[in-house]
Amino acid sequence: MSVTLVKERYSSKVGEVILGATSEQGGTRTSTVTVGGDSGLPFLQFEGETKNRPVIAMEVTDVVPTWNDMIKNQIGDVINNPVAWAKKCVDEYGADLIYLKFIGADPEGENRSPEDCARIVKEVLAAVGVPLIVEGCDDSAKNNEVITAIAEAAAGENLLLGLAEQDNYKSIAAAAMVHKHTLIARSPLDINICKQLNILINEMGLPLNKIVIDPTVAGLGFGIEYVYSIMERARLGALANDKMLSMPMICTVGHEANRCKEANASVEEFPGWGDLADRGVLWEAVTASGVLQVGASILVMRNPAAVKLVQKNIADMTAK
Amino acid sequence: MLIFGERINGMFTDIGEALRNKDPKPLQYWATKQEEGGAHYLDVNSGPAIPTEERVAAYEWMVNVIQEVSELPLVLDSTNYNAIEAGLKVCKRPAIINSCPAEQVKIERVFPMAVEYNAGIIGLTMDKKGIPKDAENRVAFAMELVAAADEYGIPMEDLFIDPLILPVNVAQEHAPEVLESLRQVKMLANPAPRTVLGLSNVSQKSPDRNLINRTYMAMAIASGLDAAIMDANDDDLVDVAATCQILLNRSIYADSYLKVFRSR
Repeated sequence: MSVTLVKERYSSKVGEVILGATSEQGGTRTSTVTVGGDSGLPFLQFEGETKNRPVIAMEVTDVVPTWNDMIKNQIGDVINNPVAWAKKCVDEYGADLIYLKFIGADPEGENRSPEDCARIVKEVLAAVGVPLIVEGCDDSAKNNEVITAIAEAAAGENLLLGLAEQDNYKSIAAAAMVHKHTLIARSPLDINICKQLNILINEMGLPLNKIVIDPTVAGLGFGIEYVYSIMERARLGALANDKMLSMPMICTVGHEANRCKEANASVEEFPGWGDLADRGVLWEAVTASGVLQVGASILVMRNPAAVKLVQKNIADMTAK
Repeated sequence: MLIFGERINGMFTDIGEALRNKDPKPLQYWATKQEEGGAHYLDVNSGPAIPTEERVAAYEWMVNVIQEVSELPLVLDSTNYNAIEAGLKVCKRPAIINSCPAEQVKIERVFPMAVEYNAGIIGLTMDKKGIPKDAENRVAFAMELVAAADEYGIPMEDLFIDPLILPVNVAQEHAPEVLESLRQVKMLANPAPRTVLGLSNVSQKSPDRNLINRTYMAMAIASGLDAAIMDANDDDLVDVAATCQILLNRSIYADSYLKVFRSR
């Protein structure tokens, strides 16, 4: 009695999205990054193609972030300088992309001007050759101003811009469209809103291959199973030809994992949890590895030691 | 839920005349219009407009002129298998043969043809004695068609069982039997064969045809209907098909689901 390998046949695949633009394409990147294109479930290479391996974007902020010392110490002096920091992420840690977050633009904080933010983007673009992901601050009105200025200043670079949300997507989608960038569409752990937002953005005229889904990831132990099942459902939808869910997904795992108590509390405080040095790294790495299993294409990460582990995990999972 | 647009049929006066005059415009008009309405396939039927001896040439012509304006795959609807074969030869995309009853002689003609042209088949749950009254006998015929598909190596997904709905005003007792047949057909094989109905039949010569059509379609989809030969330009009917997809959790909900269902 022989055993037949059961292979699922899917009618469609995840759409491909290109990030960045080289000089021939109107940008200044030394190379572009393509994500998506999978024609099966993640890493099941016997029944579908994992066309482009998942990539890691490392997080860089415009002002010194309030992260824990374990991460800040690894980054060192350059944490004061987004340009040098971005360069270090690419040269030293092998980041595929730089994720530039303008926490300094927040009106409650430094209230940095949109022009200032745009200048920093230009400087980072000059320092590194990889494509950039750019998000403003968490104040949505200010974020729209910041992103609009950046989109214009970096026209043609095909940045991945964030964030478009259901009640605030028009101005940022318009900026992406006019200045030829790609857009992050974020939904609050809700696949119906996720799909609807993609429809709304697409109706404005932005093509489906210029949209990346941010399902709003959660950290390990803090609701990751919700996003895990939503991402799985989106992937199954994409494979079953649901065009409005067929975009690649981005997960801000560094932000979410490092908000967890387990990634920050010392062994003295919680002796049962063991050494923080290992725990902190693993909390981010396991969060990232978890969402890789349900189709994350872009991981936004923070801790260089966690990045190293996940890079190995991706290499192992995509080895032919 | 697949919509097979029913409008290109010689029984309609404009199509009948177009066939007689070799005027491609009405066919092309309805091909485009049904595609806009939400059709996934276009049914193509010469009807009685063309004399038997000219049907082969007519089907070839119909397929060609429709393909000039539409990318949709076709459902070739005729009892003349030579005409269907002429159509299959010029089809650019895999078509569906409409139809084959559970009669050995016809199975031997149609199933190899489906294999040769990579076409699907609509199998009717009847033989030369006619349409059975009850679900039990309909399912028995369906089983014969399933066995034939297996024998000829046709994937179950390419076999569409049609349990044959009749007008509710004269054959009311058939309507529930057809629903029961749809349920049972889905249990005949794994993967199951697909199912289809000539939906508009249910309301022949009744008032409020659209209401009857859309009510019965919702009931049939819940019973296992995968496709219907129907009026793709009855917006309310297409809305029902889209809504059923959502309520059966076959398509992920979004506020604009009606629009998504019609978009490609």
